[in-house]
Amino acid sequence: MKTILSIKNLQHYFGKGTVDENHVLKGINLDIREGDFISIIGGNGAGKSTLLNSVAGSFPITSGSILLNGQDITKQNVMKRSDKISRVFQDPRMGTAVRLTVEENLAIAMKRGQSRGFSKGVKKQQRKFFKEQLATLGLGLENRLQTEIGLLSGGQRQAITLLMATIVRPELLLLDEHSAALDPKTSLLVMELTEKIISEQNLTAFMVTHNMEDAIRYGNRLIMLHQGQIVVDLANEEKNQLTVPDLLELFHKKSGSQVSDDSLLL
Amino acid sequence: MIANFFTNLFSIASFSIAEGLMWSLLAVGIFVTYRILDVADLTTEGSFPLGGAITAALIMSDLPPIVATIGAVFGGMLAGLVSGIIHTKLKIPALLAGIITMTGLYSINSRVMGKKPNQALLGKQTIFNFMDEFNFTSNTVVIIIGLVTVLLVIGLLYTFFRTEIGLSIISTGDNIEMSQANGINTDFTKILGYMIANGMIALSGSLIAQNNGYADISSGIGTIVIGLAAIIISEVLFSKQPLLYRMFSVVLGAIIYRFILALILELPIEANDNKFFSAVILVVALSFPLVQKKLQSNSKRQPKKRKGGVL
Repeated sequence: MKTILSIKNLQHYFGKGTVDENHVLKGINLDIREGDFISIIGGNGAGKSTLLNSVAGSFPITSGSILLNGQDITKQNVMKRSDKISRVFQDPRMGTAVRLTVEENLAIAMKRGQSRGFSKGVKKQQRKFFKEQLATLGLGLENRLQTEIGLLSGGQRQAITLLMATIVRPELLLLDEHSAALDPKTSLLVMELTEKIISEQNLTAFMVTHNMEDAIRYGNRLIMLHQGQIVVDLANEEKNQLTVPDLLELFHKKSGSQVSDDSLLL
Repeated sequence: MIANFFTNLFSIASFSIAEGLMWSLLAVGIFVTYRILDVADLTTEGSFPLGGAITAALIMSDLPPIVATIGAVFGGMLAGLVSGIIHTKLKIPALLAGIITMTGLYSINSRVMGKKPNQALLGKQTIFNFMDEFNFTSNTVVIIIGLVTVLLVIGLLYTFFRTEIGLSIISTGDNIEMSQANGINTDFTKILGYMIANGMIALSGSLIAQNNGYADISSGIGTIVIGLAAIIISEVLFSKQPLLYRMFSVVLGAIIYRFILALILELPIEANDNKFFSAVILVVALSFPLVQKKLQSNSKRQPKKRKGGVL
């Protein structure tokens, strides 16, 4: 299977050389294969978000390298990587521009990876496509193309962000605890939608979650981080048989420390 | 006596409309940075006199007024480009970037005006001489030319903000993380916003210098407050509206601001007192929503906020 993303000996420090120095990622080596849907779990401060942000290009990493389809992207910023990597944020307010309408947001997403010019931002012929795409979300948003995003609920916005991240097929989809800020019912809806979109488009995805049940339920591969290192990496059959108690036990064994259910969940 | 008062009021109103239309270009320019890009850009206080200075210099070298006016727009855009680059590429906070450009522009403006603090346009043709053959009053001419310019500029601006690049400027000011995640070069969009804003501000400076009959190096002082006051007045009076209406409501805000100021200037005060009143008007307008809220909550007990779900 083709490797989409390859992370080689990734080290990251926050505040290096200061008294607050924090060695967050301690030599991560990871190959993400085409079609992988990976869920990343780990306790607070394990480095889940830092790892995801490193892949997105949110900050320059301390050392190591990141290759996308064999091309070194370590030095590229978010904007440069955006033609291949798309992202759904944890905060539903983060993924959309609130003062723009639904169709304007989608039009911006349609231009990901392309140059923008002086032609009309939202084109007439795009509207039909947007409507069809919004209809697949099943939230009735297909009739609200001209509604300002700011007037929509968190769940609706997160569903639109998911659509925006996949409306142009990304090589890699990053999901940053994207259902964590929603109520349980909406969270389930967004997760089901995520799974549907990923399987329909056969996407490669990398999902940070602190919900162990979600981590077990979705995706084909599960990675556990502990103190900046990968301690568990299970795929397919092995992963499918996992239960939450299994996972807790595994964590205890690998990390050599007692852990309560809560600290891993939160 | 009463008739006299009303004629007086009428002349104040028509004078305020004329002045307000010219100042509204500055206000809409500041609206682009302050509200759309979400940065407070003090370049304004340098690009405004720059517009006047360039226009005066070009008119004095006998270029047609229209060329002198367009020259001012380009000068302002260049000033915006400098601030934009200082802010985005050198990562200097927006407020400081504006102050730096504004300070540097003082010397440049002085040179543009031939090292004089002001430049009179005595006996020269300005853009307001275009309609001389119609024998309108000077105030009417200013209103007509001001209105045509405002309509033209807002029309262009609105069309631009509906293009792919325009949308990406709005989205940059709205949500920079999302914009970058969608591949928008946010440095570029910010710089572009700075350029558009300062081009409009310099245009305002150019028109006002031509109407006054002179360009003045210190005319930029307090312009940011004038622009903000117009924006805030428009928001207090006309609340939230789609972009096109908002830009026109800023124009109305500028006119209303001029009107309030003109009424104050009817009082026996000194000419230099006007900046003080500008500041007071801004404070009143800015605190208005808060005062309104306080009054409402005092007059009637507010119903308990209904607890809403996340969805």
